[in-house]
Amino acid sequence: MNTWIAIGATALGCYVVKLLGLLVPAGVLDRPLVKRLAALLPVALLAALTAQQTFADGRVPVLDARAAGLAAAAVALLLRAPFLLVVAAAVVVTAGVRAIGA
Amino acid sequence: MAVGLSGFAFGVTSAGSGLTVPQTCALSLLVFTGASQFALVGALAAGGNPLTAAAGAFFLGVRNAFYGLRLSQLLALPRVVRPFAAQWVIDETAAVSLAQPTRRGARIGFAVTGLSLYILWNLTTLLGALGADAIGDTEAWGLDAAGPAVFLALLAPMLKTGTERAVAGLAVLLGLGLLPVLPAGVPVLAAALAAPVVLWVRGRRERVREEGR
Repeated sequence: MNTWIAIGATALGCYVVKLLGLLVPAGVLDRPLVKRLAALLPVALLAALTAQQTFADGRVPVLDARAAGLAAAAVALLLRAPFLLVVAAAVVVTAGVRAIGA
Repeated sequence: MAVGLSGFAFGVTSAGSGLTVPQTCALSLLVFTGASQFALVGALAAGGNPLTAAAGAFFLGVRNAFYGLRLSQLLALPRVVRPFAAQWVIDETAAVSLAQPTRRGARIGFAVTGLSLYILWNLTTLLGALGADAIGDTEAWGLDAAGPAVFLALLAPMLKTGTERAVAGLAVLLGLGLLPVLPAGVPVLAAALAAPVVLWVRGRRERVREEGR
């Protein structure tokens, strides 16, 4: 039940912000500070989520095979690899490191 | 292709996080914005309160409002169509539409990209959710690394200047540092504060520099 509540709240919230963008008159959200903040908010959230889902297990910080996988993804990104290859590199390296038993 | 793989990865991740197949598919059908969906299932898997988890996903979705703002001027859709078009206002449709030189091109680009991605994303989510059972131990296949890799791939092109890097760095510190002390799902919301904090510090520094002149 809790999961359905989370799904419902997320679906409603995400739909409302999408619609809001299409409906509000131009100029209301078109202020420099609002725009700057809106551009930086995903940066903060994505960085925190990447770190948490790589270096933590639930609420406990850990260093495991996922760190190697993420490093591989970072290298792929630096080499300007396409999105598909970036995700594949992370998955393959994580699986590889686990298979070796590190 | 890339959307197909992330849809599949999302299906697998979501099923691996303990969501059922209908729950996983409902997310892709109703939320239809990838980063928010990954964030939600991650937060739920970590044992987060449903509303805290939804709040994190919601804040990631806020960027779509700004795409909508630019698209509404470009596409000039009739009011009755807007509630239906809204669901397709995402990173990819905005990128394609904004790249078109004419309004007609932008409308076609929006509709074609929106429809094909909606179908692809939902089909691959279903395949991933169903496949997760067949795959068995998703961790042995390294599939738990897909979520963070998707986040990193979305994040990397945003790190253009020192401001973005400072925000990302501070967010990582807050997100990890607060993990043991705050309830699940809350640290990521606290990490979002990195954005206003860095903006405020930079604004202050610029003011000091101007006064020094």
